[in-house]
Amino acid sequence: MNMTTADHDVDGRSALSKIWNNREARSVILQIITMALLIGFFAFIISNAVANLAAVGKTFSYDFLSEPASYDINQSLIAYTSRDTHFRAGLVGLINTGLVAACGVVLATILGFILGVLRLSPNYLLNRISYCFIEFTRNVPVLLHILLIHGIMVHSLPHPKVANTEFNIADLFFLSNRGVFAPKPIMQDLLWLTIIAFVIGIAFTVWFKRYAKIIKDETGKIYPVFLIGLAAIIGFPALVFIITGAPVTWDVPTFGRFNFSGGVVLLPEFMALWLALSLYTSAFIAEIVRAGILSVSHGQWEAAGALGIRRGRILNLVIIPQALRVIIPPLTSQYLNLTKNSSLAIAIGYMDVVATIGGISLMQTGKEMETMILVIAIYLAISLLISMFMNWYNKRIKLVER
Amino acid sequence: MKKIAFITAATAAVLAIGSSVANAGTLDDVRKRGELRCIVSTGLPGFAYTDAAGVYQGFDADFCRATAAAVLGDASKVKFIPATGKTRFTILNSGEGDVLWRNTTYTFVRDVDVKTTFAAVNYYDGQGFMVPKKLGVKSAKELGGATVCIQTGTTTELNLADYFRSNKLKYEPVPIETSDEARTNYLAGRCDVYTTDASGLAASRATFPTPKDHIILPEIISKEPLGPVVRHGDDQWGDIIRWVFNLTLGAEELGVTKANVAEMAKGTNNPEINRMLGAEGDLGAMLGLEKDWGTKVIAAVGNYGEIFERHIGKDTDIGLERGLNALWTNGGLQYSPPFR
Repeated sequence: MNMTTADHDVDGRSALSKIWNNREARSVILQIITMALLIGFFAFIISNAVANLAAVGKTFSYDFLSEPASYDINQSLIAYTSRDTHFRAGLVGLINTGLVAACGVVLATILGFILGVLRLSPNYLLNRISYCFIEFTRNVPVLLHILLIHGIMVHSLPHPKVANTEFNIADLFFLSNRGVFAPKPIMQDLLWLTIIAFVIGIAFTVWFKRYAKIIKDETGKIYPVFLIGLAAIIGFPALVFIITGAPVTWDVPTFGRFNFSGGVVLLPEFMALWLALSLYTSAFIAEIVRAGILSVSHGQWEAAGALGIRRGRILNLVIIPQALRVIIPPLTSQYLNLTKNSSLAIAIGYMDVVATIGGISLMQTGKEMETMILVIAIYLAISLLISMFMNWYNKRIKLVER
Repeated sequence: MKKIAFITAATAAVLAIGSSVANAGTLDDVRKRGELRCIVSTGLPGFAYTDAAGVYQGFDADFCRATAAAVLGDASKVKFIPATGKTRFTILNSGEGDVLWRNTTYTFVRDVDVKTTFAAVNYYDGQGFMVPKKLGVKSAKELGGATVCIQTGTTTELNLADYFRSNKLKYEPVPIETSDEARTNYLAGRCDVYTTDASGLAASRATFPTPKDHIILPEIISKEPLGPVVRHGDDQWGDIIRWVFNLTLGAEELGVTKANVAEMAKGTNNPEINRMLGAEGDLGAMLGLEKDWGTKVIAAVGNYGEIFERHIGKDTDIGLERGLNALWTNGGLQYSPPFR
């Protein structure tokens, strides 16, 4: 507190200057002015938008969402025809955004961890290769990666006609500039036995993990939980699958007049976006992982080693849990970046939420304001959801202090 | 204090931007600026494209110049604003551009609900399909299972969906942003078929390394009347665009050309020519323009036929016939109301 105000009275300064010279009062006044300006700023923007919309005679309404979209979408995980509504078209786009973001996060994480560990490898060659890859990838804008990979796929890969005879694996998988074509599994009746076996496998593994922990705490005996779990989740259903006579038929893509039909296809647009986003983000994740591992002091390795723990276990039980504390928060923002960067899909015509509701629907209905607000709200919601999940996970793995 | 100064400055800046959005008085704005901001395609050979010197050329670009000649008396005072199919109406409606001369299809929704006004139809077009000759396709009905490149955000996208659905044909659409990208993807074999307005197909084909290897299928699946667009609510400006276009038609019909316009402007014994070129009456003042606006337009770009033949006609690489775009007197649809 400023205790010199009394002196000012003697000096005969005005009351206003007295208040201004009081630090607390000044800070309150400045905050009020800032808030007022901020509110005024937004009020102006909104009223400006409303006035301009009114001036060109446009209304603000979301009624168009229930009108037929009238355009086709080349990649859709749910049933969609051009007679469906703009809402459904937007949903198709949202699912496509989700698909590429989810696939991207998985691949970027795997690649990022491998690269990050390689970057710390004592092997000079591996270390340098990883270093060069990371520096090249993260210092080139992601849009260029997307265009580059898409360009390579469209221009270098063969036409389906050539792919049909030359670029295929066992006449089942075809690599062409219209995408990668693969056989599509079609379920037969007895497949449900395999699915049940799979569920049993998971349940067994969960139970076995708990049981193994109890045994370990009581007797110190360690079971190979990972291998037994693998056998239960993969091996057991596989066995059932073979015994029931492999109850799946395959819809193999066949070449027609123009293109392959049947099977499943990964379009070049999806592949380009997926690979580019994954590679780009993996370089950042690699550096985060490296930072995380380096943040655990070497003394931890030595201390654990002195207790006679094997190297693999040291990594699992001592190093990684501590490194994760450092890794998770920046990893969250990389996941968010990847998801938001997926909106660059528009550059190569991948039909994500920006291309459908924020692109074609916008254009066909002329509802710029409405569609853009919708798209912004969707990205905000996705980002907040990812943040929420990662914060929860971060809390879970946090070091419990006693 | 710094913070306050900054916020005040920012607010002032926004106010300045906000107040420049205007709907009426486009003519005054253009005059004050001394420059016409004309929205054109990002690049469509023959219609609006940049030449080797980086200057916009083409059929649509010349109508921009005609507008500038009428309004400002100087055909060179045009700032070309390239727009994609998706951004064009936003650019127009936000006031960034004054007029849209960009092979844009006149439709109900665009005229009424997107709050724009179509002033004329400067090219009667229809949607067609182009395929490589070696596919051996003779008709669009054979295109079941094909992969089709389309420019996204256009009416062609909707026509395509309707055509294939009503003919019960399956296809894979490949959405593309600009006609350059469409060309690259089509030539790389990403798609079997490229579909857009038939004029656009001919224009793109002219830029291919071997145009003869590609054919345009006989089916025209839609009506695509292409024309200039202005914002709703500025009738005077709309009138100017409409009559600049009509002037080029009227000039062709009455035999006024770039070569003889200076001579004819002195006065002829046809009163309609005299009214168009300002030798008689005062049509210019009624539009809010100079008396000799018509002379300046024809002197700058010539009449409709001259513009057509110079950029997209039979003797150009694009090689389009007049067809529907012949004058009504020659069995076409181009018809100007009388200048009186």
